[in-house]
Amino acid sequence: MASSHNKNGRPIVVVTGMGVITSLGAGKADNWAKLSAGQSGIHRITRFAKEGLKTTIAGTVDFVPVEPFCSTELGERMAMIAAEEALAESGIGRSGDFPGPLFLAVAPIEFEWPHREVLAEASGANDTIGYDDLLRASASGRFQALHERCLFGSVADHLAERFGTKGSPISVSTACASGASAIQLGVEAIRRGEADAALCIGTDGSINPEALIRFSLLSALSTANDPPEGAAKPFSKDRDGFVMAEGAAALVLESYAAAKARGAKILGVVAGCGEMADSFHRTRSSPDGKAIIGCIRNALADAGLEPDEIDYINPHGTGTPENDKMEYLGVSAVFGERAKSLPISSNKSMIGHTLSAAGTVESVFTLLTLEHQRLPPTINYKVPDPALPLDVVPNEARDAKVRHALSNSFGFGGQNVSLVMSREPA
Amino acid sequence: MGDSTREAWITGIGIVSCLGEGPDAHWQALSAGHIKVDAKTFAPYLVHPLAPLELDKQIPKKGDQRQMEPWQRIGTYAAGLALADAGVKGNPELLGRTDMIVAAGGGERDVAVDGAILTNRRKAGNPGAFLNERLMSDLRPTLFLAQLSNLLAGNISIVHGVTGSSRTFMGEEAAGVDAVRIALARITSGQSELALVGGSHNGERQDLLLLYDTGGHMLRGAFKPVWEREAGMVLGSLGAFLVLEAREHAQARNAKPLARLSAVISERSSRPPGAVTGALERMWQSIGAQREPAGIAVLSGATGAQPATGEERAWLKARPELPVRATASYLGHALEPQFAMNIALATLALRHEKLFAPADSSGVERGYDGPLDRVVVTAVGHWRGEGMALIEEVKEA
Repeated sequence: MASSHNKNGRPIVVVTGMGVITSLGAGKADNWAKLSAGQSGIHRITRFAKEGLKTTIAGTVDFVPVEPFCSTELGERMAMIAAEEALAESGIGRSGDFPGPLFLAVAPIEFEWPHREVLAEASGANDTIGYDDLLRASASGRFQALHERCLFGSVADHLAERFGTKGSPISVSTACASGASAIQLGVEAIRRGEADAALCIGTDGSINPEALIRFSLLSALSTANDPPEGAAKPFSKDRDGFVMAEGAAALVLESYAAAKARGAKILGVVAGCGEMADSFHRTRSSPDGKAIIGCIRNALADAGLEPDEIDYINPHGTGTPENDKMEYLGVSAVFGERAKSLPISSNKSMIGHTLSAAGTVESVFTLLTLEHQRLPPTINYKVPDPALPLDVVPNEARDAKVRHALSNSFGFGGQNVSLVMSREPA
Repeated sequence: MGDSTREAWITGIGIVSCLGEGPDAHWQALSAGHIKVDAKTFAPYLVHPLAPLELDKQIPKKGDQRQMEPWQRIGTYAAGLALADAGVKGNPELLGRTDMIVAAGGGERDVAVDGAILTNRRKAGNPGAFLNERLMSDLRPTLFLAQLSNLLAGNISIVHGVTGSSRTFMGEEAAGVDAVRIALARITSGQSELALVGGSHNGERQDLLLLYDTGGHMLRGAFKPVWEREAGMVLGSLGAFLVLEAREHAQARNAKPLARLSAVISERSSRPPGAVTGALERMWQSIGAQREPAGIAVLSGATGAQPATGEERAWLKARPELPVRATASYLGHALEPQFAMNIALATLALRHEKLFAPADSSGVERGYDGPLDRVVVTAVGHWRGEGMALIEEVKEA
């Protein structure tokens, strides 16, 4: 057996189970088949009225029924589905008795419009309705379930109860880097020796009118509604924003020593984690790319790898003019001339931007890329941007030798997290 | 591999609440037994409103102030106080290595916009289209950034330059405990040298009252201190941040310890009867506070919500030798940052080597003038989350 510690002397953390659900479907097999076939999960929104909206497309997960619709409820159900798949594959613990902590990336939770409507209705107010009226309705004591549903800790608590994770479950938000942060927290807990295993989940079922409008008002979304599957165009010259999407993914992390001891199949290694916060602006990166560059370098250093040892990048690659420009700046600064030929393909061209879940969803896809030794494409790459000279694996998947891969996640609020994933140590 | 014996010191605290700003204002008001509560603004609900702040002192740019909602201003202000207290503020080299963990809820709703939509939506021919139209035209584009949970951390990065790392934990009281627990574990294991941890809460919000009131958890009518209530929380507006630091790191830069953060523990249960009692007892047995001679006190994070506070009250009453203070009687309950606030107040008590005035006539709290060399902070969330911290005096070497 290879050493259970890496060259920095830290315990090696491996992945022994994975689950994923996106607008492409449920499960690793289905998602990978469609992803490597260059298929898009983006479609017209049917969940709510589209009148007055500039963006009318998204990667909603409509095949998980939630009636009446509630974003938090959908997020919770998708997280359960992804976790079931990951736990079944891992074979760790017993049903309902996972031997380690839970780290959950989840969207901030809030009352949604249907909740306010129910309270407004119950208030009996006919003319003007305000929060005084909603409070009068809440005082009836009939809405206890709303309290629990709308607490920030509720999704993690329900997952902890269902899967029997140990200790206080942590719900992390680093905006669109949350999923990667959840994995990083798991890696750190195992390295500290607090646990031999951790369950890391990211989930996001955010697509409701207000959430879409919020991003729309920040001019972050693509408005290329026709055809929907053509809207997400990462790294293209005509890219015009990201496409909101839903999904969830779960990873069972274990120390290499513990996984080997129980004879678990090793799906890959989380070799390194890096982060750096940006103090420049609430939604934009520092123009010199300092935090992105520092974040990637921190991840490489944590993994004990040189830039030359990275064979593939799974970028944040949202398809906003700003993100892709800044990500190119960061990648070209770290990888130098090699940035032009180092494959970098955005899953978001097909599945859209799964927001809080993106870091976990894309980590699963990065590990599948390592497993299959095949690079999923960046679809909709028709008009290359001469300012971003990259090998984006345009439009079609291709085979490649991949030993180590980098996955980037960036978010509003100056959040930057990079993960390095590798094949099982020889 | 980390060295799990590393010590973590608290080298800075930043606190704001209804009692004012900073250690002295808090200690004076607490020692005098002053309770500041507003029973009118949100009647029949009560609130402990934030004392006025001169925002320019910690958030010099008006543009930054405008980009934030009150909860973010409170937190960014308190973070600045903590960084200044620790001698880290304005030092780019240290700030570039400071690991930040913020415990946060979400930001304020625009209650006027919500009310107008609720009022008119039912009259609209197409309610869905009406909602889209109103939100597209009435929401301020930047309101989203004032609502996102991780944007308190984002604002602290922008205003104070904290860039080592930035993580936000969500989940009410438990998030506040786990933020400090993880920050401490990273330091003691060698994953981090210097951390800024805490959070903020604006309790003067109808949207938050609504969330907790749907659960039946809000006190209505006349004010009573926590232990005297049958049931019910009073929200407070406050911000609290701690600078935690590896002992060696602090010594190398001649930073003085306010106290040692010796341990933080958290648990989770789905709260069957007796679960809170069991959790408190397990944490108490393992946290390492029990030893002779006496010199210990408990700062309780009791919320007033039942059955959690009832179980904690009974557990404490069974230990009459322990002097106890429930800080929510003075400050209100502030969910995420309450634990960091109570750790900060514990460092004040240790510095003064005594406790502040009791605020209870039910027999849980009694006068205590010391000695004091360690404080246990409890956190039993109103719905979930049980936690405990041990804060100890650092004896001169």
